[in-house]
Amino acid sequence: MSYAEIERQWTTRLRKRFVHLLPPDKLLPDTQPSYVASWIYVFGVTTMAALFVVIVSGCLLALRGPQWWHSSSVGHFMNSLHLWSVEIFFFAMVVHLWGKFFMAAWRGGRALTWMTGVVTFLTSIAAAFTGYLSQSNFDSQWISTQAKDGINATGAGAYWNVLNMGQMLMWHIVLLPIAAVALTALHVLLVRIKGVVPPFAEKTSVQTVDTTEMAS
Amino acid sequence: MLFRGTKETMTPLTQFAALLPLNTLGHYLHWHFIDISVANFVVIVLMVVTFVLALVLPFPGRRRRREQP
Repeated sequence: MSYAEIERQWTTRLRKRFVHLLPPDKLLPDTQPSYVASWIYVFGVTTMAALFVVIVSGCLLALRGPQWWHSSSVGHFMNSLHLWSVEIFFFAMVVHLWGKFFMAAWRGGRALTWMTGVVTFLTSIAAAFTGYLSQSNFDSQWISTQAKDGINATGAGAYWNVLNMGQMLMWHIVLLPIAAVALTALHVLLVRIKGVVPPFAEKTSVQTVDTTEMAS
Repeated sequence: MLFRGTKETMTPLTQFAALLPLNTLGHYLHWHFIDISVANFVVIVLMVVTFVLALVLPFPGRRRRREQP
């Protein structure tokens, strides 16, 4: 195979494009700008750490099933770990959102980074709500009967039936986690490509000096 | 939710759980059209406090980084 033929391959072109967009030192940097040394910058990674615990505890709950998480002490612990990691996830995500809003983090061509964050937030809310419906207890039954009126009022009730336990469970453990993790990965890659948004420039007043007077 | 044939689990932390009863009706705050549970209000206050502290508290290692030539 000639060099020209290799250069024409779609795998070669895709690899070169990706490496150009995100070289290894940008994908996994060893240093960050000095302005990142602030507590306000830790909440994005706190959110991701909480998401990791949410996914792992959710997988363990899926392994043993509802009887285990309702009736055994280890199951109760894992159920609580799943709930509280979600609480920390949303807590950190909201503080992250406030920080980025007041930094106007969509500046410098970062609009897509901001928007993927917004969509991830909305997806996570849907994932959390379907989690309430998947508890398989009286609480989830009560919540589903309260939610159905709201969902039916939007017209989405024909496709999104909150009284359908099987459908809500599948959304909660398959579709929405895949969407949330994929969107989070995309969000982080966009942050790596564009870099962390710098602070606003300080307003400085420049005083002009009359050099002719100084010379005389 | 308990199933037939299972026992309610008792742990050393059960006594501490009694200090903060969670199996009661929620408390709500009303102000004009705003209607919010005390639990949600406390979480929002904690988020605001965390946000302000994150802005004002010094970050470890920042001074050392500045001193470097």
